[in-house]
Amino acid sequence: MDKKNNLKNLLDIHNLSQKEYQKIIQLLKREPNKLELGIFSAMWSEHCSYKSSKKWLKKLPTKSKHVICGPGENAGIIDIGNNDAVVFKIESHNHPSFLEPFQGSATGVGGILRDVFTMGARPIAILDSLRFGEIKKKKQKYLLSGVVSGISNYGNCMGIPTVGGECFFSSNYNNNILVNAMAIGLAKKSKLFFSKASGYDNPVVYVGAKTGKDGIHGATMASAEFDKNSKLKKPTVQVGDPFTEKLLMEACLELMQTNMVVAIQDMGAAGLTCSSFEMASKGKCGIELNINNVPIREKNMTPYEIMLSESQERMLIILKKGTEQKVKKIFNKWDLNMSIIGKITNTKKMILRKDNETIANIPIELTEKNTPEYNRSWIYPKKRKKIKKIIFPNKKEIKKIVFKLLKDENLCSKKWIWEQYDHMVMCDTIKPPSYGAAIVRIHNTSKALAMTTDCNTNYCDADPFIGTMHAVSESRRNIIATGAVPIAITNNLNFGNPEDKKIMGQFVMSVKGIIESCTKYKIPVISGNVSLYNETNKSHISPTPVIGMVGLIKNTKKLYKNNTIKKNYKIFLVGKKSTNIFCSAFLDKIIFKNTKRDLGPPPPLDHKEEIKNGNFIINSFKKDLISFCNDSGSGGMLISLIKMVIDKNIGFEINQNFVNNTMTNEIFFKILFGEDSGKYIVITNNERKLINYAKSNKINLIEIGKTVKNNIYINDEYISLIKLKDNYEESFFNYIK
Amino acid sequence: MKVKIEVMLRDEILDPQGNTIKKSLNNLGFKRVTSVRQGKLIEINLKSKPSIQERQTIKKMCEDVLANSLTEKYKIKFFKK
Amino acid sequence: MKVAVVVFPGSNCDRDIFSAIKKITGTKPSYLWHKEKNFSKFDLIVLPGGYSYGDYLRCGAMASHSPIMNEIKKRSKKGIPIIGICNGFQILTESKLLLGSLLQNINLKFVCNKAKIKVTNNRTIFTNKYKNNEVLKIPIAHMEGRFYCDKYTLKKLIDNEQIIFQYCDIKGNLKDANNPNGSILNIAGISNLSGNVLGMMPHPERCSEKILGGNSGIRFFESIFESFN
Repeated sequence: MDKKNNLKNLLDIHNLSQKEYQKIIQLLKREPNKLELGIFSAMWSEHCSYKSSKKWLKKLPTKSKHVICGPGENAGIIDIGNNDAVVFKIESHNHPSFLEPFQGSATGVGGILRDVFTMGARPIAILDSLRFGEIKKKKQKYLLSGVVSGISNYGNCMGIPTVGGECFFSSNYNNNILVNAMAIGLAKKSKLFFSKASGYDNPVVYVGAKTGKDGIHGATMASAEFDKNSKLKKPTVQVGDPFTEKLLMEACLELMQTNMVVAIQDMGAAGLTCSSFEMASKGKCGIELNINNVPIREKNMTPYEIMLSESQERMLIILKKGTEQKVKKIFNKWDLNMSIIGKITNTKKMILRKDNETIANIPIELTEKNTPEYNRSWIYPKKRKKIKKIIFPNKKEIKKIVFKLLKDENLCSKKWIWEQYDHMVMCDTIKPPSYGAAIVRIHNTSKALAMTTDCNTNYCDADPFIGTMHAVSESRRNIIATGAVPIAITNNLNFGNPEDKKIMGQFVMSVKGIIESCTKYKIPVISGNVSLYNETNKSHISPTPVIGMVGLIKNTKKLYKNNTIKKNYKIFLVGKKSTNIFCSAFLDKIIFKNTKRDLGPPPPLDHKEEIKNGNFIINSFKKDLISFCNDSGSGGMLISLIKMVIDKNIGFEINQNFVNNTMTNEIFFKILFGEDSGKYIVITNNERKLINYAKSNKINLIEIGKTVKNNIYINDEYISLIKLKDNYEESFFNYIK
Repeated sequence: MKVKIEVMLRDEILDPQGNTIKKSLNNLGFKRVTSVRQGKLIEINLKSKPSIQERQTIKKMCEDVLANSLTEKYKIKFFKK
Repeated sequence: MKVAVVVFPGSNCDRDIFSAIKKITGTKPSYLWHKEKNFSKFDLIVLPGGYSYGDYLRCGAMASHSPIMNEIKKRSKKGIPIIGICNGFQILTESKLLLGSLLQNINLKFVCNKAKIKVTNNRTIFTNKYKNNEVLKIPIAHMEGRFYCDKYTLKKLIDNEQIIFQYCDIKGNLKDANNPNGSILNIAGISNLSGNVLGMMPHPERCSEKILGGNSGIRFFESIFESFN
């Protein structure tokens, strides 16, 4: 009975089921020793094996003529012509950030940067997608401060600009915050690196920081919920050292200019275990490691600790035999540890040795083939009913309402956050943080990349399928609004416990949403991450599928010829006037006064309209018909327009044709604050040509008004631009105190 | 032998970190805290007890590297391991 | 004109300053690794921004003891122009090539924005293409930018016109509200007594192209180059 209990405890600690344990015995043809059990627990954790999600992720559209590498490698790669390639991925570090916000988010940034430069790409930008609980709570203020400091410290020290992202607050994240970090890098198509090991007898080399006891079982922590014992889990959070990572990055990029690297992988979740195993598995070869040669930080570390440590800033490299001394010179220059810890074999096994004894022996291919893949049961999420009686405020209150919405923590300026990020280092940031997508130039060329992360969780709460399609569509609109053409996406799927049928249903429908939209828009998914078990004491987060999209601008010379808008430019709405108030910020914060009521079904999504209007915008940019553009998104058309002009110190006047006093309150507010899809706001001083172009392409183009100095004029009201800007920019500083 | 070096900002220098810590302590109910200054503790391990010359070297380490003489002051303490 | 850009472990803005100088003046600078004890003649040496040694211990503290700094100190005595930008400024003060010290920003946060900077002294080789008291918009990005010195040093700096740049408002007034880090007298950049060494927290290389949001930095580089020729 005792032995059975011991086994149960052991399996519990390792997050392995009895079934999985039996499988291990089958594979090894014997019981595993503790080290081998640890290895399996890491390889088969949700975080490393994607066992709950794999079945569904396989269905994502991952191909296009520009895709060089899709999901399966450390990051995805897209060909952008001229031998240039863009590498990018998004990842989460949710659980560690809740426990220790500074280090959790810092190491999250460190991890995603390694995923990019391990492919041979120099990282050129970071975006962060953050979600916290209610900002009035002290704990959330503490978490927000810590997370922003962590990202700031790591990214700034690495010298990579953090150029964009998003930050939302909702009570659904009170006990489970989300920290997703996206990194984008540039490489030469002819010099890309992958993790597939090969070459009998090629040396396996460890470079970077020494291995300590950090983060042991971090992968298993990411795959488990929080409970009252979570406070004790503090020691498992890894501490980042961005200085070492900067040296590591420069050394690796220098090494990659030579022909000495066969394969390379960073050591992330489940450290040395995961990287060595995956590299050998991809190469269909064997690997033999000598634990004695692993550089360690503390005396008397057991092989278990060494193999599972998640110490940061380490890489595993397979070199061409004979190049070891030359490679050592490079790492010596950068004062980094380099140690030959093993070799590639043809046994197709992972063999670990210590003091000349074999301490672990695992068949790689067999284990890989038998990685658990669950077919978790799920149920369709409940559909929301339309809300029947909604009482709209009086049109006269427009001024008060504008101030209130722009002050809202989810709509106001996040200047407090992005002023802590060095968003200008590398001297290629063309469009810094403010609204919409960021634009970063490709150094020494006239090309640029637009980049964004988006997800509206009000929509996803209402309907994960439609909400996710909105997330893809919103990022596409944000990319197009900069004049760029969308090229690919990465996605971070944040959900609760997949063992709950309802949550699994949210996940499945969300994946289906990505498939639907990406197929219609012909945008492939080239990388991504799944974070499950974002739950505490059975209270789960909103389904949060964060979409990271990148677009290409072929000629920056056409962009931003003048950074200012003058008066008497015309403002247009591309699309029809809005008629939907469900799930809008207006309904949530103004009508329901933030009482967390059911917000009704999600806004309708029309892919045809999105494609038609999106292409119109892309072409209008090409023809120089547009000066500035923003997508009409959260908050509605008026908020999107204000955000576009507010930092350019220009106001606007809305035509009486667009909204006026003859309208009912309901229609008035729906036009200004309704949320739907496929809409853009355009400012131009070339309106004749734009109107004609729209006519000939059967595009709905409605004149909203024109730009004026100093104030905003809506209906009979005017709002001082200076007062509004103050309200918009300073509010967040007050919330965080 | 362990050498512990305390590096603190000179008294005349504004210490915003210290002030912030004081405010937090006061807010948490520790109202009797009237001021806080924060600094660094640097621990150096030596193989054995330092000679007089070595003690001078340690002093030089503090003057030249570990503390910025313009803005920081330091204290050296020796401990048997 | 031969220009050197020193690279320390952790320097980040070396490539940025290289590109800016190349673009504006046509001269291609050389990179100097921090371990070089001896190097050929250069007409301008630049210590770029970044996080040398991770900013560990104190910003610029360990870099100021790099093998290259001995030779740089010698060259500075010979009158060779030396510029330290951001972390470079911190290294110059730690090396005692400039007076004062850079401490943590008073609000304890990293700050990155386009600061308004006044050209307090336009009679230097670095600033002669600017008008006296001209107000520029130059990006800053730092966590330790609070310039500090004792009152005697401050008097020296004022009397000898060693204060080159100060944070100000749009009209050039020195107001607290425009001081991003608590620097004494809103000091953003200073020179040494002989005027050949300049340290500044703002990054002129980040506003040397209109597409990046401003080009007030161009005349900074033009000043040095024209002074040399």
